[in-house]
Amino acid sequence: MMGRKRLNARPTTLFGACLLLLSALVTLGCGPAAYASDDDIWARVRTSYFADRTIVEAADEIIQLSTPVRAEDAATVPISIHTQTPAEKGVFVEKVYLVIDHNPSPMGAIFTFTPDSGRADLETRVRIEEYTTVRAIAELSDGRLYMTSRFVKASGGCSAPAGKDQQAALAQLGRMKFRVKTPLAYDQPNLAQLMISHPNNSGLAMDQLTRFAIPARFVRRIDVSYGGKRIMSADVDFTISENPNFRFYFVPHGDGELKAEVIDSHDTRFETSLAVRGGAIGN
Amino acid sequence: MSRIGGSLRRVIFGTLCHLTVTVACLASLALAGSDDGPLPMQQVAQGVYMHAGHQATSDAVNHGDIANIGFIVGERCVAVIDSGGSRQIGERLRRAVRAATPLPVCYVINTHVHPDHVFGNAAFRTGPTPPVFVGHARLAAALAARGANYQRALLRDVGAAAAGSEIVPPDVAVDRTLTLDLGGRPLQLRAWPTAHTDNDLSILDETTGTLWLSDLLFAGHTPVVDGSLRGWLAVIAELARLQPRHVIGGHGDASDWRRALADQARYLRVLLDETRAAIRAGQTLSEAVESVGQSERERWLLFDDFHRRNVTAAYAELEWEN
Repeated sequence: MMGRKRLNARPTTLFGACLLLLSALVTLGCGPAAYASDDDIWARVRTSYFADRTIVEAADEIIQLSTPVRAEDAATVPISIHTQTPAEKGVFVEKVYLVIDHNPSPMGAIFTFTPDSGRADLETRVRIEEYTTVRAIAELSDGRLYMTSRFVKASGGCSAPAGKDQQAALAQLGRMKFRVKTPLAYDQPNLAQLMISHPNNSGLAMDQLTRFAIPARFVRRIDVSYGGKRIMSADVDFTISENPNFRFYFVPHGDGELKAEVIDSHDTRFETSLAVRGGAIGN
Repeated sequence: MSRIGGSLRRVIFGTLCHLTVTVACLASLALAGSDDGPLPMQQVAQGVYMHAGHQATSDAVNHGDIANIGFIVGERCVAVIDSGGSRQIGERLRRAVRAATPLPVCYVINTHVHPDHVFGNAAFRTGPTPPVFVGHARLAAALAARGANYQRALLRDVGAAAAGSEIVPPDVAVDRTLTLDLGGRPLQLRAWPTAHTDNDLSILDETTGTLWLSDLLFAGHTPVVDGSLRGWLAVIAELARLQPRHVIGGHGDASDWRRALADQARYLRVLLDETRAAIRAGQTLSEAVESVGQSERERWLLFDDFHRRNVTAAYAELEWEN
């Protein structure tokens, strides 16, 4: 790696010493060039989560990412991730990582799937802070990694954490809803949607003039199960838009209950469930 | 010899040409940049002055002069209603007040949080007795939440001309109603439930029966949904029952205000009905953004700047319905 070579080289000139210092600063993340390119941020995130494991890039045959070219509302950018399992016995897509390079929290979400998911597909809405590369990385059950990426033009999503109606948002906090397409087909992947009413924001320092502070409060963990078996889990943060909203799949083999357990950054827990009987939805 | 003379002539001519063009360019830049005169105002009613903003988004040419702003003159003092999209526009409004009357500005009323209505506030924080800043009870929180983001966007869109633009929060908050007297001239302020934003304030000048609705009413310019779609339709229903003599909207010409209100209601209704239908049909947010409301495209200015965002807002609001 280039960085390593530089650090090992002995500076023979002042210029060389400057280069050394600059590269050290960049590596430490405190120099002005720290966020000069997507590559720097991605390199750090990659090392942090994947060490030096191989990641196959532009792997559209395994994972596809759909984003708008230009976001209408940077605080509500719809994204869609679709994966295809390689035709190998016993191998399935176990995790999908979502990275938004120029966001304050680049590793925005980690989704975990099981064979009971049917499909490791996901749709949600995210906040995007600046024009940036968005990446989706699929991790197979045997550890192989595949990545795809898109460039999105959006700005201000994370720094505009407040929603349109502050009072209403707080009043509804924790309310959740499942939506499932009917009629359900047993033994096949069925589409489900989980909606969580939550401001999901990163918080602000106290405004000195108005003395108003909006505390950080966001959903950090979601666990969805069907008939007691886990089908989708997510480790998330304020990268997800206000009122976190997820579309995903599950395979019902018979009657059962769809259940979601959600924990937020205040360690408040919320739960909702939807009973499924004989191909129809009941409460 | 003549050849050298010829090329020297060309060099001199070329240089003079360049110099002239440069000087002309700098002069025109200077002229454009130094439009510091008072904002042109029209008297909508006796003592009620309004400046019509450009129907555009904020940029380095208009300096954020994109909203209808103005003032009302009483016997004792003046109330400014919204201060424009940058400090510079606020300054020009202040000069317009000075041109109309020697009375001091005692109140600056911000009708809601949007940057094109508040960024001129700092221009009025001058003089021995600065004015009292007034807004909806939820305005301060909205400014605190959005202020930093608005500052960044202002710098990006307006550039250097935005220097000195600051967020100035209200001193006085209006919960429901408040009456301000400008000296024999009572103004009735009313705080509305969430509509265009969650902090909309209207002003009624009792003397002339002028109702200053600001962004509760858009004319020509695509209405912007940044509060609640259903809430705004409910407020419109109530506004339609009122009997003001004159109405001032936030963008565009609202002289035929009942017509403007009906047009706005139609647009919002189309947004509501088609978004609801899209959700029920199982369309995703991305799909709805492409399909909803296209029949309204030719009827509004700045449609491509604002409509798709309105659909996103409508979708996020309506998907919670049962």
